[in-house]
Amino acid sequence: MYYLKLIFKNVFRAKLRSSLTIIGLVIAIVAFGLLQTVVDAWFAGSNASSASRMVTRNAISLVFPMPTYYRERMRAVSGVKAVTLLNWFGGIYKEPRNFFPQFAIDHENFFDLYPEFLMPVDQLLAFKRDRQGAAVGRKLADEFGWKIGDTIPIRGTIFPGTWTFTLRAIFDAKDETTVTRQMYFHWDYVNEYLKQKYPRRTDQIGTFVIEVNDPSRVADIAKAIDAEFKNSLAETLTESEKSFQLGFIAQMEQIILTIRIVSFVVIFIIMAVVANTMAMTARERLTEYATLKALGFSPLFVAALIFGEALALSLIGGGLGILLTFPIAKIVGVIASAVFAVFRVSQTTVLMQLACAVVVGIAAALVPSWRSARIKIVDGLRHVG
Amino acid sequence: MKVPFSYVFRNIWTRKLTTALTAGGMALVAFVFAAVLMLDAGLNRTMVGTGSADNVIFIRKGSETEIQSGITRDQAALVESQPQIARGEDGKPLSSKESLVLISLTKSGQDKGSNIVTRGVSPMGFVLRPQVKIVEGRAFRPGSTEIVVGKSIHDEFDGVAIGQKLRFAQRDWVIVGTFDAGKSAFDSEVWGDVEQLMQSFRRTNYSSVIVKMSDVSGFESLAKAVDEDIRIALEGKRERLFYEDQSRALSTFISFLGIFLSVIFSVGAMIGAAITMYSSVAMRTGEIGTLRALGFRRPSILVAFLTESLLLGLVGGVAGLVCAAFLQTITISTMNFQSFSQLAFSFLLTFKIVLQTLFFSVFMGFVGGFLPAVKAARMKIVDSLRAA
Repeated sequence: MYYLKLIFKNVFRAKLRSSLTIIGLVIAIVAFGLLQTVVDAWFAGSNASSASRMVTRNAISLVFPMPTYYRERMRAVSGVKAVTLLNWFGGIYKEPRNFFPQFAIDHENFFDLYPEFLMPVDQLLAFKRDRQGAAVGRKLADEFGWKIGDTIPIRGTIFPGTWTFTLRAIFDAKDETTVTRQMYFHWDYVNEYLKQKYPRRTDQIGTFVIEVNDPSRVADIAKAIDAEFKNSLAETLTESEKSFQLGFIAQMEQIILTIRIVSFVVIFIIMAVVANTMAMTARERLTEYATLKALGFSPLFVAALIFGEALALSLIGGGLGILLTFPIAKIVGVIASAVFAVFRVSQTTVLMQLACAVVVGIAAALVPSWRSARIKIVDGLRHVG
Repeated sequence: MKVPFSYVFRNIWTRKLTTALTAGGMALVAFVFAAVLMLDAGLNRTMVGTGSADNVIFIRKGSETEIQSGITRDQAALVESQPQIARGEDGKPLSSKESLVLISLTKSGQDKGSNIVTRGVSPMGFVLRPQVKIVEGRAFRPGSTEIVVGKSIHDEFDGVAIGQKLRFAQRDWVIVGTFDAGKSAFDSEVWGDVEQLMQSFRRTNYSSVIVKMSDVSGFESLAKAVDEDIRIALEGKRERLFYEDQSRALSTFISFLGIFLSVIFSVGAMIGAAITMYSSVAMRTGEIGTLRALGFRRPSILVAFLTESLLLGLVGGVAGLVCAAFLQTITISTMNFQSFSQLAFSFLLTFKIVLQTLFFSVFMGFVGGFLPAVKAARMKIVDSLRAA
């Protein structure tokens, strides 16, 4: 017990230095946590995907549509339970910086395939009945202060013109991984408009979402669907929803990799700071350590003392940092809600923060403890701090 | 009387481990600071180099990118007939009607496809972009299913060597050459004949029309004429500005990340410097007393300790910059959120960035060393001499 007491007394002997080191540690651990959360946020879409859903797109690339009649042929493929339509709209609400995703969907069955969006039955009915109706997620509605019945103007970029929608339904998330920062409206409405203005672009859809009976057969069913449209004008590429989402992330892989590397650089920097503190502490106390050894304590005891002090420092800093990460992540999440639909500190992140704190403590104590343990008693006693 | 510089320098030299750790921390911060600025500078060079000062690009009103745009043949013909457009020796307007599609190619070492801009260009397309040069093989023949690929595509993707074929739109496209576009965004594109591409993709509309003006000052009248003619009604933008806008989101993202990181990192480094300097002061209490007794004044002591800290910062800054300079060999290829396609760019070290980084690291040294230096200067002679 006296051992622990000695360590704690030592930690707070140089108050200024210890508190500076701890502040540095807190900042580094918070920064590490935030950067890891940023990386996690990137994967929010793929985490929210369901194992029983698949996405079909044009094999050339996402910007090419497929004819909507493909739907009937897909439904005939064995194992397919339901098929719905989903088309990226890419409109602008007032200003480009208000970015949020909009999708034109098949209002009849889209929400049957997405049970994670919870909404009152009467709202769903109202949404289905109104051709200009829109359904938005809770997060988006809160952000712009929309209420049921509000009119939402959207300026089209891919589909020219100004579109007005009436908000008929607001859906909530089933759990924390569900993204509710998007807007859905009737594909029929868009299609009718195209019929008048751009007849060549009608009855074309960007993606089909397919629900299967048995999630373990996803690969086979995907193959069967793609075979159905081989050598047609619009060949298809079907993959699981997760793999579809990961495809976007893979395109930005290098940015994500950079953030990952950078988050470890923070830890490196703080390691240098803590190591510095420990090196100085140990140098100042060489006489003390020599005295301890002269009294009969083993070199191991001296080393353990330094390790203990470094670990105590890093754990105090790490602990405070982890506690602070949560409120700060909340604030960042609100500010950056346009970029990250889900910004949540995961359990893994917390564990990694803890692990980093421990590693920093141990690494910082390595050199000083080795030196102090090896010092000859005579040299140590003669040493002037 | 000033404290000799050699005193300051030797103090740093004596405590090698601590000096190395502190300067090392600062070097890392300077490295990250410089790297982010270099990345932004590189992105900027790529985008600015893509546009030419006397080129104008026309896209459909309301669309932000070429991919979203659509221009009919009638509209394109009317744009080409505007008087402000330069004409070649044969009297034909210097304009290129282009069609853009995205195709999915696989990066070396990845199994997921990345979106690549495939640009159909008119014969005039190469004339309008003098920076684009064929470096291997030859240009595609007009009216054939031949294509040429940009340098970044050639370096980073599989199956794009000369002689290989890409299959899309139910046809095989033979790669006959590689072009170097001088680190501009075209390096991340595939080029082919516009009419062939539109035929294969069953398109009737172009994506954009690019024209060269005979006089740079003619832009306003040209854009106005095209905007107000109800038969055309397209949006004209200076090519340079257009490409800058295309990467604005990516650029903002990089800058934001850079500021966030620099602030957090520098706080850590400054604390490190402060710790080092405080301990340096504490350990030399007796020395400081002696110096004062010898007749050195308080300001001289302050300057001496501050110099020590500034020196630490400078060493860190230089070390960080040297490491950052090596980054220039690296090319990053990532998805531009706005155009939804791959864009390759590299780090670029400019003289301005060198100055900024050095200033930043010296500043860190100053902030970290100021309070300890004040503490040293305020010591009483008697107390400090007794402490030793």
